[in-house]
Amino acid sequence: MDKKISVKVCLGTTCFVMGSANLQELIETVPAKYGDKVDVSGVPCLGLCSIDWEFSKAPYVKVDDEVIKEATVEKVLKAIDEKLK
Amino acid sequence: MAINTPRQTSHLKREILIRLIKAFLSDNFPENARLIPYQMRPKDYEAAYRCCVYKERAILRDRTIAGLGLSIEETDDSTHMAELAEHVLARTEPEENPLTVLQTACKGCVPSRIYVTDLCQGCVARPCVNTCKFGAISVKNGKSVIDPEKCKNCGMCVQVCPYQAIAKIIVPCENACPVGAIAKDENGHARIDFDKCISCGKCVSACPFGAVHEKSQIIDVLKHIKAGKKVIAMVAPAIFGQLPCSPKQLKTAIQKLGFAEVYEVAQGADVTTKTEAKEFEERLLKGAEFMTTSCCAGYNELVDKHISELKPFRSDTKTPLYYTAEIVKKEHPDAITVFFSPCVAKRKEAMKNDNIDYVLNYEEVGAWFIALNIKVEDCDESSFKTEASAEARNYAVTGGVANAVKTLLPEELPVYPVVIDGLNKQSIRDLKKYAKNGVCELGNLIEVMACTGGCLGGNATVNSFKPALKQLTNYVKESKSLKSEEISES
Repeated sequence: MDKKISVKVCLGTTCFVMGSANLQELIETVPAKYGDKVDVSGVPCLGLCSIDWEFSKAPYVKVDDEVIKEATVEKVLKAIDEKLK
Repeated sequence: MAINTPRQTSHLKREILIRLIKAFLSDNFPENARLIPYQMRPKDYEAAYRCCVYKERAILRDRTIAGLGLSIEETDDSTHMAELAEHVLARTEPEENPLTVLQTACKGCVPSRIYVTDLCQGCVARPCVNTCKFGAISVKNGKSVIDPEKCKNCGMCVQVCPYQAIAKIIVPCENACPVGAIAKDENGHARIDFDKCISCGKCVSACPFGAVHEKSQIIDVLKHIKAGKKVIAMVAPAIFGQLPCSPKQLKTAIQKLGFAEVYEVAQGADVTTKTEAKEFEERLLKGAEFMTTSCCAGYNELVDKHISELKPFRSDTKTPLYYTAEIVKKEHPDAITVFFSPCVAKRKEAMKNDNIDYVLNYEEVGAWFIALNIKVEDCDESSFKTEASAEARNYAVTGGVANAVKTLLPEELPVYPVVIDGLNKQSIRDLKKYAKNGVCELGNLIEVMACTGGCLGGNATVNSFKPALKQLTNYVKESKSLKSEEISES
């Protein structure tokens, strides 16, 4: 069986305020859509925001090793679909 | 109705606030405030929303002006941003009207009207022509045509068209405003009529361009903290559903911002509950048919400005914020008080109350944490001096206020709570009807919340409604009930 895709939604303060509060729905909808092919979880600060002024690109989501900047539900789902191809 | 949907416009507003706070904390605030639009849209930037970076910068400048707490409409385009920043540093009081409109963003919205699309089949039945009470529709060249002189925008034709070929074009802010306080002027710019506006914040949430801004008081608060003043935070219960940390961690985080002490407004909510329960009982014994709550600032503005006939039915009890601010000023007469608010309406309430000096909303507080790189989830826990009850902390959720009051009423008293979950044109009609008839057929204790979902649905919240509710409910569950307090007191 293929390795599971890992999706990490950063729920650190910066990402949370800049929009990951609204990405929390992924934690429910992704398993419903993809079953056990994808592992999704909310995680503490990934440390991506603290590099200089990079807070403006928050919220961050990691899909495997790929970092999604200014993440939205649509962007994350698209990235998952790409990986599953 | 969706509650507090995430938007790119919120991201922009928050980014500007963070940059403004960083600018204030830098060694040259006016210059660094001036640079904000240029930092956000540097030379090689590809414009994402507008025609070019120059227009985007101009719009970001206007948004920064709102962040400075100034009116965008009244600020001259030619005034140097650094000059504006200096002016804000010198001001002693925030501006009166809490909202301002970024009118350059309004251009794209076409005025509200009913529009027959190409899908019209010119059918034989012609329900649109027959339904229109104003004789505004006729058929020309096989298509329905609306006479704008006669059309009253009632929307009946939209409903009856079997092809769904008639569309109602709306202006989102106008459509969201429950009291008709925002409309396009002759130049196509949205304008707020502050004599009518109840500061409910619905236009702020509704505009897809994020054109309606709250005038921020963040610089004023930062200024006092920098000057070493004793500044005290009063946090409404809704905040405990907003950030990824526990309430006790949040208290530490707020102190890290420079606040000397943090009070839960739920503390004042306990006073509201007790006073309001007593008042309700007295009113009922005197034969009153119903009473409404009085804690929502948006609702209070509505009654004062639009439904004066409802005044006798509104509780005379003060808001949780009123009592909390009174307690704080009594304990710390030298302190500057800042209310942490989920909505814009509380800004109006604060302006009328000398015990409340400033208001910050949750977006501003969140931006401040980011600017100082405070990770709330890593903060230690510190306790609140006075613990509020479970019922008081649940004021932030629709139904919470009525439930709290009911908890303290004798069981034999006939209490029938009714919840108005969000002000809109329909619920305002209902309220007017209750006032006119002097009776509400649905119950006798009417709780009114301007926002759907209660304060957790406020226009300036950070978290989305469901997870916020879950988080706050956990806090409420671990708090002591008013009931148990009563038992322990007796």
